[in-house]
Amino acid sequence: MTAVETPPIGTREIGRDRRRKEDARLITGRTRWTDNITLPGMLHLAMVRSPFAHARITSIDTGAAKDAVGVVDVVTAADLGESVGVCINAWPITPEQKAPTHPPIAVDRVCFAGEIVAVVVARSAAEARDAAELVEVEYDELPAALDLKEAAQDTVLAHPDLGTNKSAYWVFDSAQAGTGGDVEEAIAAARTDGVLIEREYRQQRLIPAFMEPRSVVVDPTGEQITMWSATQIPHILRFALAATTGVPESKIRVIAPDVGGGFGGKLQQTPEEMIVFALARRLGKPVKYTETRSESLMSGHHGRDQWQKLTLAATREGKVTGLKVELLADLGAYVALVGGGVPVLGAFMFNAIYKFPAYHFACQTVFTNKTWTDAYRGAGRPEATFAIERLMDELAAELGRDPLEVREQNWITHEEFPFTTVAGLEYDSGNYEAATARAKEMFGYDELRAEQRRRRESGDPVQLGIGISTFTEMCGLAPSRVLGSLDYGAGGWEHAQIRMLATGKVEVVTGASAHGQGHETAFSQIVADRLGVPFEDVEVLHGDTQIAPKGLDTYGSRSLVVGGEAVVRAADKVIEKARPIAAHLLEANVEDLEFKDGRFSVRGTDAGLGLTEVALATFAAHNLPDGVEPSLDAEATFDPVNFNFPHGTHLCAVEVDTETGQVKLRTYVACDDIGVVINPLIVSGQVHGGLVQGIAQALWEEAVYDESGTLVSGSFVDYLLPTAADTISFQIDHTTSPAKTNSLGAKGVGEAGTIASTPAVVNAIVDALRPFGVHDVQMPCTPERVWRALRQSEGEGAGAGGETVGGAMPHFDPSTGTQGTADRTTGADE
Amino acid sequence: MTRINLVVDGMRVADDVEPRMLLVQYLREKLGKTGTVIGCDTSNCGACTVHLDGQSVKSCNVLAVQADGHEVTTIEGLARDGQLHPVQEAFRECHGLQCGFCTPGMIMQTVDLLTTHPHPSEEEIRLGLEGNLCRCTGYHNIVRAVQYASGQLATAATPNGAAQEVTPA
Repeated sequence: MTAVETPPIGTREIGRDRRRKEDARLITGRTRWTDNITLPGMLHLAMVRSPFAHARITSIDTGAAKDAVGVVDVVTAADLGESVGVCINAWPITPEQKAPTHPPIAVDRVCFAGEIVAVVVARSAAEARDAAELVEVEYDELPAALDLKEAAQDTVLAHPDLGTNKSAYWVFDSAQAGTGGDVEEAIAAARTDGVLIEREYRQQRLIPAFMEPRSVVVDPTGEQITMWSATQIPHILRFALAATTGVPESKIRVIAPDVGGGFGGKLQQTPEEMIVFALARRLGKPVKYTETRSESLMSGHHGRDQWQKLTLAATREGKVTGLKVELLADLGAYVALVGGGVPVLGAFMFNAIYKFPAYHFACQTVFTNKTWTDAYRGAGRPEATFAIERLMDELAAELGRDPLEVREQNWITHEEFPFTTVAGLEYDSGNYEAATARAKEMFGYDELRAEQRRRRESGDPVQLGIGISTFTEMCGLAPSRVLGSLDYGAGGWEHAQIRMLATGKVEVVTGASAHGQGHETAFSQIVADRLGVPFEDVEVLHGDTQIAPKGLDTYGSRSLVVGGEAVVRAADKVIEKARPIAAHLLEANVEDLEFKDGRFSVRGTDAGLGLTEVALATFAAHNLPDGVEPSLDAEATFDPVNFNFPHGTHLCAVEVDTETGQVKLRTYVACDDIGVVINPLIVSGQVHGGLVQGIAQALWEEAVYDESGTLVSGSFVDYLLPTAADTISFQIDHTTSPAKTNSLGAKGVGEAGTIASTPAVVNAIVDALRPFGVHDVQMPCTPERVWRALRQSEGEGAGAGGETVGGAMPHFDPSTGTQGTADRTTGADE
Repeated sequence: MTRINLVVDGMRVADDVEPRMLLVQYLREKLGKTGTVIGCDTSNCGACTVHLDGQSVKSCNVLAVQADGHEVTTIEGLARDGQLHPVQEAFRECHGLQCGFCTPGMIMQTVDLLTTHPHPSEEEIRLGLEGNLCRCTGYHNIVRAVQYASGQLATAATPNGAAQEVTPA
């Protein structure tokens, strides 16, 4: 272990609210988005996409398109053959998992509206798009499997050749695993002599909706074929390109330049990337494709989309005794890169912070003829957190007790850490009491409860609701051995290299691939502290497989806790490599050297040498100890031993207008324990942004399909992304229980806000409406749904609940009746 | 093709353009002003916001030919003589951006907003930026950036990462 002493408070970089290094370019428009890239002779692509959810392709006539001005080529699957590769699934969740081949271009059948059937190559993007209109495709429409529950019944098959829509059935049972008791016994006991909460919740389909549409450029003119892509995963993408096209991995370079957000939506090996790669190789010219927003919403993968059947058993005293989770998860048309792994990531989190003695989780993944689903911020864990946090509120309501009190009765106390859960995970650290106390204090919990009482008693048409979410999550993906035991196809390590330049600058190479997170700033702070060099002298390099040759990229809140720890270990190796050289130059014994604030000094003397001076001497290499290589550069690959468990208490107050159903956010407080904070400013941004994405699931967003399988929320006119006018300012703070599984003590923060906030908001809405007999409102809780929930419970008597049906009404144009402006197919108007 | 003459970021330019060419396409493809970006097809996102004769417009909603004879300012022309515009500085100071894709549009819209409302309330800020979407920040720190740019915040960030508001005098 390297003796690195902590610099005095005030000079330490870790914990400082450094302004971001990234911003100088971004605020002046000096950016390198993939779509900005122009290369000599570059050609442009336009995709011809299926308007049908499920159809046989009977003919494709490319003649007219080929004759159009500026068109270089028009290709179909038949033209490209196997050279185009396939889209892979990296996580077959069971050995028996059924998965159709996922060709980048549909061969003879389309499986969702938006699937690519032909590609036009032209001199300009406009000419390509014009010519795409001229491609004549004849379809023979097939029945489409659209509704998740119906699809699970196999009445209509999404892929007739598979004979079923059921892809995989994945089970965890605490009695079988030896981590807890038998859930059926707990349920039986609660049924006779306790409390049983049985609920079914809908996790609606969401769209990641990153602001930068995806774009790909491939230049095949060098010895290495270079791909620039708006991706979160340049390294995984390079592997997939090589593995499925036969092009040697060493001949492929993937660059993720400036990437405009991802949220899981760019954690994918896309058909478009495969097609651009194939056409650049075929034509020997640089090729670019940039999607339109409509294409992005329609064909970029979606997230969530589950039905959750939940049974919670408890004693009459409020002690939880068992939890049973039965999920239906919509895969869409194909098993995507992570695919069924997304709900499985939630499997270990439904028990959350509570001491359930028995737990059962089962998930059935199901094909439908809709856009494929995959990771979206939180990936599996928001769904789990929503379910359990809603259930804990329901339990409290059933018992007639305060929901915070019931939570506290059941959560792991801070003395009990490390704690092995009923799902078999070991939570290393946490303090739910402290986070909750701080959140209550900021929120003014008791005062708001008093106001709620007043409004209820006076029959105020605007009711106040208070929502709670005491969440935890598992992140920092992930221990490779655990991933292996779950049949994931790759590991979860991360790589870093540190290069000491002769001029005193330090290059830090990371395999994590930032797309807005601020790695360049945060990693600079870590290295500045560790090596005792100025923050400004650290340069962080990433996102290019030739510069950062090893890596597993950015997702699952892993960059800091896995990638950051790799950086720390590489830095420690640099110090160890410098030590004998410094001793030699100082004519001292290695044992007499101490390293502090970037300087080696000989104990008990004034003699010393800065690390950067050692770097210069090593560069010159004139006077090194015998047998020592002339380099201080070092690399490290870190594989975590455990996941990372941030937690927090979120409190939300909403005002619900019982006459109109309008929900207004009033106060939102988040106290997150994310361990040691590297940069509080960056953390605040991650929390705020995460909160709004989770709140948006509760209130606004839903990918809606019509009866024929057309996405009707396929533009920003129809998919309700919140604006500044929809949201409020937040109050955030942190308590600190350092993580024990990385030396920084850090925990992931990228997904925390999104995971926590959705149930806080819905709990608040239901809390406001409980006196009216409402015990649920389906997400997104639109004014219409809230209003209907109120009217339904009025009509059917108290306790009838407020489940609403169907998708949210899309924004139809009143001038054309119910005919929407989107291009829709038969059945849409019924 | 139609001949257009205009001034972009202080530079006089003239080109023959297709009548259907959008101003944003003209900026990006003909002038290489790639600081201005395209985020949607329906003029909802505001990522392409520029100034046309000093007023913010969504440049995906203006034809290049409509800019004939006018003056366009993009994010690339906002800093003068190596000095960042105060709004650019405020976005950095308050961490009003993460991935940065919406940022050029947000900054251009904010500059316009502060021209008409030099000391906007939080509500005026939120309504004034309603036409610009951001997926990263949750808008919290964008609002702070606008308050900071308009002199309504003493300091951008506290150790908790939350901004302190200045009590109005």
